[in-house]
Amino acid sequence: MKDIAMHILDILQNSVTAGAENISVTIDEDIKGNKLTVIVEDDGKGMDSEQVERVTDPFFTSRTTRKVGLGIPLFKQSAIQSGGTFFIDSFPGRGTAITAQFVYDNIDRLPLGDIANVFVLTLSSNPSIEFRLKYIYNGSVYMFDTVEVKEVLEGVPLSEPGVIKALTDMINENIKDLKC
Amino acid sequence: MNKIKSIDDLRKMKKDLEFGMNIREKSNSPESLVQIRVAMATCGIASGAREVMNTMIEKIEKDKIPAVVTQGGCMGYCYAEPTVEVRVPGKDPVVFGYVNSKVAIDILEKYILKGELIEGIIPTNYQSIN
Repeated sequence: MKDIAMHILDILQNSVTAGAENISVTIDEDIKGNKLTVIVEDDGKGMDSEQVERVTDPFFTSRTTRKVGLGIPLFKQSAIQSGGTFFIDSFPGRGTAITAQFVYDNIDRLPLGDIANVFVLTLSSNPSIEFRLKYIYNGSVYMFDTVEVKEVLEGVPLSEPGVIKALTDMINENIKDLKC
Repeated sequence: MNKIKSIDDLRKMKKDLEFGMNIREKSNSPESLVQIRVAMATCGIASGAREVMNTMIEKIEKDKIPAVVTQGGCMGYCYAEPTVEVRVPGKDPVVFGYVNSKVAIDILEKYILKGELIEGIIPTNYQSIN
């Protein structure tokens, strides 16, 4: 994976497949603390402790189309190679939370990439799921929630190309604002 | 174009968005929209599915093509990623492999708009002469 956004795009698919109704992504750029934290939480079907242990094994997957599952192992590898940490917290029936923490200034930390783009691509493909994004930059917070967006858009579907573009721009503008 | 920053800006923009949607859908009825699914599992993402999806969305908006793009899962064609499944109403679904931005535009312009076959269908069942 070329950037952290691609990992998030991948991990979000797991939450979708787990039958989640609510998915939230938190990005915390704590430059003063030299930490970058990514949390993906869902209320999908969850995993038991045995599955949680096996899920970072590349030769474990719940799918049937192929025998390997690399999404989580690769994400873990990216976090660890920057000197960071990787946790999975899951409970059957309640959902899963994945926390990857990166060392911000480590030369092996992947660039963040276009978070807004991958987030909007996923929410537009899954209109029945509510997505939340919490973007923190040195303590300043921006929140995005599909519940209020759907209220405003009424009948216009999230898969409409104009909507995808507008939402991506909106999130990017707000992230840019946090950073100045 | 004005910058969109808040939910209010989005509200103001809603008319334009509805307008764009109507142009695309009125030319045909909504159920005749072409369904495009870009495979977005680890294999697809790592080989460039995100760029393919972005290219297609941009092109569809620009040319008002009556199609919707969504994400799909891994179909087991990991060797041929990025893959794109196209369902034109009334026709059998077709899967294209090794798609990049250029092939993505060809799929929209040639296969979807003109109904021409193009190379890259998997499993291979069409090849052009020479």
